[in-house]
Parts: sequence; structure tokens; C-alpha cells
Amino acid sequence: MDLDPVLLSRIQFAMTIGFHFIFPPVSIGLAWFLVIVEWLGWKRNDDVYVRMGRFFSRLLAITFVLGVATGIVMEFQFGTNWAEYSKFVGDIFGAPLAAEGVFAFFLESAFLGVYLFGRDRLSKGLHWFSILMVAVGSIISAFWILVANSWQQTPAGYVIQNNRAELTNFFDAVFNPSTMIRFFHTVDAALITGAFAVAGVAAYLLLKNEGSNVAKKALKLSIIFGLIVSLLELFPFGHSHAVQVAQTQPEKLAAMEGLIDGQTHAPMVLFGVPSEEPASLDYVIKVPGVLSWLAHGDTEAYVKGLNDFPPDETPPFWLTFVSFHTMVALGMFFIAAMALGTFLLYRKKLCEQRWYLKLLVFSIPLPIIACELGWIAAEVGRQPWVVYRVMKTADAVSLTVSAEEILFSIILFGLIYLFLGVLYIYLIVREIKRGSEVESVKEVTA
Amino acid sequence: MIDLNTIWFALIGVLFTGYAILDGFDLGVGVLHLFARDDLERRINMNAIGPVWDGNEVWLLTGGGALFAAFPPVYATVFSGFYLAMMLVLTALIFRAVSLEFRSKVGSSGWRRLWDWSFGLGSLLPAILFGVAVGNILRGVPIDAEGTYMGSFFGLLNPYAILIGVLSLVMFLMHGALYMTLKTDGGLRYRMSRWASGAWVAFIVIYFCATFYTFFEAAHLLEGNFSKPLFWVFLVFLLAAIVYMPIALKAGKYFRAFLSSSATIVCMVGLAAVSMYPKIVPSSINLAHSLTVYNASSTPRTLTVMLVIALIGMPVVIGYTWYIYRAFKGKTVITEESHY
Repeated sequence: MDLDPVLLSRIQFAMTIGFHFIFPPVSIGLAWFLVIVEWLGWKRNDDVYVRMGRFFSRLLAITFVLGVATGIVMEFQFGTNWAEYSKFVGDIFGAPLAAEGVFAFFLESAFLGVYLFGRDRLSKGLHWFSILMVAVGSIISAFWILVANSWQQTPAGYVIQNNRAELTNFFDAVFNPSTMIRFFHTVDAALITGAFAVAGVAAYLLLKNEGSNVAKKALKLSIIFGLIVSLLELFPFGHSHAVQVAQTQPEKLAAMEGLIDGQTHAPMVLFGVPSEEPASLDYVIKVPGVLSWLAHGDTEAYVKGLNDFPPDETPPFWLTFVSFHTMVALGMFFIAAMALGTFLLYRKKLCEQRWYLKLLVFSIPLPIIACELGWIAAEVGRQPWVVYRVMKTADAVSLTVSAEEILFSIILFGLIYLFLGVLYIYLIVREIKRGSEVESVKEVTA
Repeated sequence: MIDLNTIWFALIGVLFTGYAILDGFDLGVGVLHLFARDDLERRINMNAIGPVWDGNEVWLLTGGGALFAAFPPVYATVFSGFYLAMMLVLTALIFRAVSLEFRSKVGSSGWRRLWDWSFGLGSLLPAILFGVAVGNILRGVPIDAEGTYMGSFFGLLNPYAILIGVLSLVMFLMHGALYMTLKTDGGLRYRMSRWASGAWVAFIVIYFCATFYTFFEAAHLLEGNFSKPLFWVFLVFLLAAIVYMPIALKAGKYFRAFLSSSATIVCMVGLAAVSMYPKIVPSSINLAHSLTVYNASSTPRTLTVMLVIALIGMPVVIGYTWYIYRAFKGKTVITEESHY
């Protein structure tokens, strides 16, 4: 059997980071929500917010530890599986990872321990400060990891010499053309994820007839917060990110938007069924001129299509198109769902509309799916490059690791992650079912 | 004189030493967990390291990131070369992390037994394998003129490396038991100090054997060592720390005993680093193929930027880490509010 180490390494990377990426958006979202809740509990001395904080901090703890556990793999995987990549770009790519450790991992990990273990040991102000540091650390972490990934998308501040990419300007490399907009886009996605997680959990508690003020107040907070962050994701963040992709990675834009042939008056494809080889779209619903206008501010503007590029330098069409379009559709749904909730809140019917509460419960995983799809669109849309127009993915893998070894580790991590994924859902559901009224029981009961 | 490359060699040594001291006692506590007698004792173990283990582990992650940034070929060659061993370590660290959080969430004894084993083995395996990795690097790994690793997984399991693995296990065991003497009292503390004493004896015996073995297996390490002042500094402090530990323990000065074992770790890493320098990964094929601080480093620009990051960031990290340890000082008391 002929196994391809490049394909296997890509599968392993997609699997390990795809699984890891379930947890950070939830953690970031929940941490910032808890910053607000603990502040209210502290300043207003309101028991409802204190209990809300306790309840959601248990969910944060379980989520966070899975992010930590699966994140360890990521720190070393560039070395284990992408040794040629690491040697070639280490002069630039290693620094943001190290900076993430120094500025973010220490902060969030150290203060999460303080937050979870210090509730009855520290002053309320210090306890609030600890969750603030967790939340701030999670954002700094997102920043540095997006610096690293954005440098792969739009490399800057480097020169190719001595058979490697060497740093010429640190600030250019850090603030490369896509860093800041991708940072805002991703962090806002995490806040949406947190808003839906809190709203869905609160809705579940209300449906279960836990008529507590905790659930009601959590729902109201998360709906208003959720509407704001969902709207921000459409404009300015999502839109600006697309404009940046249009300017810096036109192949990716063409694949995401389904533009096969370059044209003026380029249409925006609202729906289409894509197929590969050759890239084509069927059953298309489109609005003429809108893509030209969105990407370049002019309906007359020429937008490059996939056929404007060498065939061996365009990304896989099907996956890029489908993941991007599904993400956008989900983003529209988030706005609609949160707007509806805000309307119901305004009419003072929010906590009684059972169908709406059910909708919120079933929406909990949707922002996570949208995050994953956005990441797939970003990464698959960059192919065949690992660093855009600098290094191909096929040249990046470790030469000394055999395909059999990679297959072994894929199976190993596949089984572990399946096991952990099932346990995560089991434990989270269990904690939610317990509700916000009870403390967890620690003694052995059996 | 001291150049950027040497500074980064030292800083990465500091990061990995920080890891060995801080997460070292977590690993030791995890191994001791396998021998705990009841649920209360196991909860004490987990809650004793609960507020700090996650932050401790970050020293490893940051060390890995810094190695990537400062010496990319070392990061790439070692981790891809030690592929299967790395996968084992990562698996163990994943299970150790989740078992701490998962164990307390369900009351059934079967569930708890599962995570007790997961926590224990997830600590035991890295405690040995980190030593095995160091042992292999000390004796040199087969890298050719292009810096490509030519060895196999089973080649890593040579007697010398395994001996160093056992050495690191007893060292972490001693260190973890001493940490627990700070967190417990009464009969449990007495047992923990017995563990520490036993591990101390084993440590001395194995350390003696390992040193003797090094003359045959990794003679290249010893060349020129006697003329390096730092070598003598670390050696003298190592001997002092090893001798002082049981004296402090016997006198009931637990914190001083813990500091002694921390100093032991510092001196062990220091001696290894001084002996290796300027090599980072000696080649067992031909020493001329070794990866050194000069032929395997990033550009001076990157090393400078990284140094600025470290000088801004690390004092802050050490500051709040210090504060957190002070805030959680004292015996671990299990109550309804205990997180684990």
C-alpha cells in the first residue's frame, strides 16, 4: 500500500487543530461573559450573579482544560510533522508562538487556577481580576496565533536567503496585511460562540422549568450581547476581511465566492452546487455586480476568477466554496436569531416563547461549526501553499517521519479525541442538567 | 564573550529548568497518586497542585516555542526524529491534564479509578521519557551532515538513556513528595517525607551509576569541563543541595528541603548545559555534524526581538507566579468548595 506522507500529515494537522479549535472560541466567549457576570456580582453584591458565575465557571473549567490538553499537541506538531517548514520559516514563525507562551499562556493558565480555586480564598476584587486576566490572556493568545497564521496567508517583513525565510522587519511580519482584520474577525466569532453557548444553556434551564433568575438574567445578557457581536461580524469585520482577501489572495476569493471566470460586473453567488475538475457551479442564484462592488467598491471592477491563475496554484474549489458559503449563511442566521430574541425581550415575551428557547438550545453548536468552517475556508483556500506564494505544503513535511508512523499517530489521536469529545459532551450536559441551584457533590457516592 | 546565541542557549535552559522544577513536582505528585490510599488522599493530591499545575505546564510550551524561534533546526530535527516518543509524551500529557478536571465531576468509584490511573500513568510516563530524551541528547543522536536524523524509535531506548529516565523519575518523585510535605500534615506528611527519603537514596545511587556510565557512553561531554568555572559552581552547589536535603527534612524544615531539591534540579540541568555548550544536539555519527548554538540558530535580528519579548514578559510572569504561590500557600484542606 502506498501511503502519502504529505496527505497523511495534512489529515493529522486538520484533525488535531480542528478538534482543538472547538474549545478556544467557547473559552474566550465564556471568559468574557464571566468577566461581566462576576463584575455585576461583586459590585451589586447580587446573589443571582454570584450563582451565575459559579455555574458558568464550571462549564468554563471543563472547556478550558480540553483546550489546554489538545493545545499541547499544537506547540510541538510543527516540529514533529512539519520539520522542513519549521526549518524554513522558524526565523519568523517561531517568535509569535514563543510570544504567545510568554504573554498569553502563562497569564490565562495561572489565573484560571486562581479563579477556580480562589473564590472563597481571595477578596472579591482579586477574584474578579483573575477572570479578567484569563479573558485578557485568551485574547492575547488569539492575537499571537493569528499573527503566525496570518503570516502564512500574507507573508511580510522577510527576505529569502540562506535557504530560508529570514526576518527583516518584525513589525511588518507581525502586522502583515491580514493580521488585524483576521484577529477582529476571529475574536468576534469567539464572542458569538460564547453568547450562543450562554443563551442556549439559559434557555435549556428555562425549558426545564428552573424558574431561576439566574437563567432569565443570563438569557437577557447574552441576547443583547449576541446581537451586537453578530452584527459586528457582518460589518465591519466580515466584510473587511473579504476585501482584504480580494486584495491579497485573489485565488482564495475566487474559490470562496465561486467565480470561475474573471469578469467585470462580477456577481455575488448566493447559492450554487460546486463540482471540481474542472471547477464549475450549477443551480446558481446570483446577484450581478455585487461581488465587484463589495471587493473593490465599484460594480464595474474586474474581479479575477479561478481561470485567471495557473491550475496548479489554485485551491480546491468544492471545499473552499462550500465552507465559506455555509459560514456566511450561519452568520446571517446568528443575526436573525439574536434580533428575534431582542425583539421578544423588548415585547417582554422572551422567557415564555418555548419554541424560541428550543431554537436557542439547538443553536449552541452552530457558531462552533461556523468557526471551523471559517478556518477551513482560510486554510484550504490558501492551498497549495503553506506560506502563500513562498512555500508549498508538499515541501513542508518532515522527511524523516514515515507514512506508517503518521498513520499510527492519526489513529492514536483519532481515538483519543473521539473519547475526549464524547466525555466533553457528557460532562457538559451533566453540569447543565444539574442547573445553577446546586453545588456539585464531590464525595464518592458509589 | 557572551553573544546572543549563548544568551538564548541559557534562556532556553532557564525555561526548561523552570518546567522541571514546577511541573516536576506535579509529575511527582502524579506518580505518588498511584500509591494513594483513599479518595480523600487522592483529592488532597489533586487539589494540592490544582491552582498551579496548568501554569507550570506552560513552561514546557514556552520552552518549546522559544526553541522553535531561537533554534529552528533543533526544534525540527529533534521532534521529528523522536516522533513516536513525542506522540507518547503528548498522549500522556493530554490524559494527565483532563483527568485532573474530570475526576471530581462524577461521584462513581469506577469513574474516579479510571481518572486516577490516567493521572498516575500520565505523570509517570513523561517523568521517565523526559529523562530518556535528555539521556539520548547527552550521548548524541545520529544526525548526518545535513542535520537529518538517521535513528529509529527503538534506538532511543538504549541502556544509558533508560538509566537517565529512571534518574529523572526518582528525582521528580523526591521533588513531588517534598512538595506534598508542604501541603499536608500528620500521618500523610510523615508518609510523604518517607517517600522523599527513599527517593533520595535511589537518586544518589542512580546518579552515581549514571555519572560513571557517562565516562564511557558520552565522554565527549567531559572534554574541557574542568576548566569551566560554571561547571565547578554547579557541581559544588549540586553536592551541597543533595547533602542538605535529608538534613532539612529530618529537622522538619520542609520548605528548605523542597528548595534543596529544586536546587538539585537547577544544578543537574546546569551541569548538562555547561557540558553540552556550544553543542545543543551532539551527533553520534560525527561530532562535527552536531547542531550548535551557532550553526542552528535564527538570525541575530530574530534573537534580539525575542530577547526583548523575554525581558518584557518573563519578569511579569515570574512576578505573578510568585504572588499566586504565596496566595495558595499552606495546607490543602478539602471542603465542599474544593474545585477537584
